[in-house]
Amino acid sequence: MEAEASPAQPGALGRREGRASLRTTMSANPGLVAAGIVLAIAVALIATQGLQPVAQTGLNGLISGSYFALGAVGLTLVYGTLKLVNFAHGDLLTFGAYTAFVANITLGLPILLAVLAAIVVTAALGVFTERVMWRPMRAKGAGLLQLLLMTLGLAFVIRYAIQFVAGTAPRTLDVDVTSSVGFLGLRIGQTQLVVMLAGFAVLIGVGVMLRSTSLGRQMRALSDNFDLAEVSGIDTDRVVMATWIFAAGLAGLAGVLYTSSIGTMTPNLGFFLLLTLFAAVILGGIGNAYGALAGGVLLGLAQEWSTLLVDARWKLAVGFLVLILVLIVRPQGLFGRKERL
Amino acid sequence: MTWAPFLALSFEAFGSLDFWIGAMTLAGIYAIFTLGLQLNVGFTGVINFGQAGFMAIGAYTMGILVADVGLSLWLALPIATLVTMAAGLLIGLPSLRLRADYFAIVTIAFSEIIRYVAQNARGLTGGNQGLLGFDSQWIDVSNAVQDGLAPVGLEDQFLAPLLIVTWLTLLVLATALRYLQGTPWGRVLRAVREDEDAVRALGKNAFAYKLQSIAIAAALGAVAGYFLALNLAFLNPNSFEPLYTFIGYAILILGGLASFFGVIVGSVVVYTLLEATRFLELPLSASQVAALRFVVVGLVLILLVAFRPQGIFGKRQEMVLGD
Repeated sequence: MEAEASPAQPGALGRREGRASLRTTMSANPGLVAAGIVLAIAVALIATQGLQPVAQTGLNGLISGSYFALGAVGLTLVYGTLKLVNFAHGDLLTFGAYTAFVANITLGLPILLAVLAAIVVTAALGVFTERVMWRPMRAKGAGLLQLLLMTLGLAFVIRYAIQFVAGTAPRTLDVDVTSSVGFLGLRIGQTQLVVMLAGFAVLIGVGVMLRSTSLGRQMRALSDNFDLAEVSGIDTDRVVMATWIFAAGLAGLAGVLYTSSIGTMTPNLGFFLLLTLFAAVILGGIGNAYGALAGGVLLGLAQEWSTLLVDARWKLAVGFLVLILVLIVRPQGLFGRKERL
Repeated sequence: MTWAPFLALSFEAFGSLDFWIGAMTLAGIYAIFTLGLQLNVGFTGVINFGQAGFMAIGAYTMGILVADVGLSLWLALPIATLVTMAAGLLIGLPSLRLRADYFAIVTIAFSEIIRYVAQNARGLTGGNQGLLGFDSQWIDVSNAVQDGLAPVGLEDQFLAPLLIVTWLTLLVLATALRYLQGTPWGRVLRAVREDEDAVRALGKNAFAYKLQSIAIAAALGAVAGYFLALNLAFLNPNSFEPLYTFIGYAILILGGLASFFGVIVGSVVVYTLLEATRFLELPLSASQVAALRFVVVGLVLILLVAFRPQGIFGKRQEMVLGD
């Protein structure tokens, strides 16, 4: 499933073979190539902009990268498992953020319980849509266009139902958005630090879970080849349900982390993030869970580093640029396989 | 709170000429917009989620050329159409070779970026304040037409000339597309929709046909954008939210896939209903009513697609949905 094997040694070969085998090495180790590119960009930026600003924006990039990755991994797993391009995924993030708001502000619960509520309730919404919409439609043999349009309709319903209830005014959670901590000449908001640490802790947990647990392996197997997984005796129904719980729960968490880090939430936050999430998913190779994790972090870095070169309001456009570049240079993404295109 | 006002729907609006002229102008504009989607989705099998972006490119290019550059409106229109078609080709080139769902993602991302640029490149587009002052030449024409309408008693209707021109354009375009559908070119398009590999095996360049389909759809989006711009008399990024692309899809599904005249009927139905909801007297704030409208649009889209994917006028055998 992963493309980590066969590290060819171009240095040991003659110059002409070296060139050809460099290409094979590059396509066999996309992760290394990506890391190399990121490193090269970082070095170039440090050389032109100085170390401190690059480190500071890099740190900011890791903060946003953490919730991008959490949002993207669910999107890609649902895609891989069910071949469903879920345009409502962004609105699951919004739903999570507003659930936390209800728990934290309306009901006055502590923030940790609010985060838990966001994860649980959003996961429940994911399961609900699976039962009511996606499973019946799969049973009917719905086509791609039908499913796409239904996810869009669902996105409308979620977003505008939230807007109907909560209005468009920005809302805030009861988190400390003013105090910050400094180290090594860098500054990070206290809440942002918590967001980043929590985000990466969950990311690592997700990675380990996908890699080593039986459920995680089954999820990846389904994502790789549904029919093959089914004939191998995997209880696909159970794994599909687990995938939804997982994807929607992480989306809910990502929504809260985003809101805590930015400071405010509005009903269109998820749709706003969706473009970045898709860029992360395609960058990582659509359907590939590790790819989405890496893609999310890379996009966070790309967006924040871009602010060194152009005005910060163009941050979002960077996601689009990455999307187009990936499609031109390596449409299967970093970790995807060509035959899936 | 009693439930009485909740149900009080005033039907007066349906008797007023203002309402119908306003609603039918919008219906005409979004029918032209959706003709492009019909060509892509219904006839080529390409899922274009970026039609609002093409509309924005057309409208803004026209507006900038007239208001900032000082070109004549009549010169700006063809230039803006060509620019929009070029944008369609540009977006199609890297993404049309890939699977259909990639194209959907790329086009929606593209349309968001266009809106984003319109919002942030303030020097060029006026940002959220909007772009004004591109319609004086149209107003001259409009006034002349309006005077000419005196014999039928429409001389007080400021928007009547736009309504007439929009619908004339719509009928011409729908007829032209209907004609194209029967030409060899149109038949290849439909073959691409049915089985791309078979088309390639016959020596046709399926990719080129898909690109042409996108370019024409982009041009149709641009034309709809011009009429929208003239209707509003100013351009604002919010008029080009992806929302409008999906209202286009609601029109498309309602009218039925692979039917250009179904698009017109679908658009009339959708915009009559959408505009009529403005007159619902609900005990809700304006923003809540707006939100409710779009919840309903979403629900209608879900239910239609789930239970009647061929729409009202669609023919089952023309369906591409069942893959």
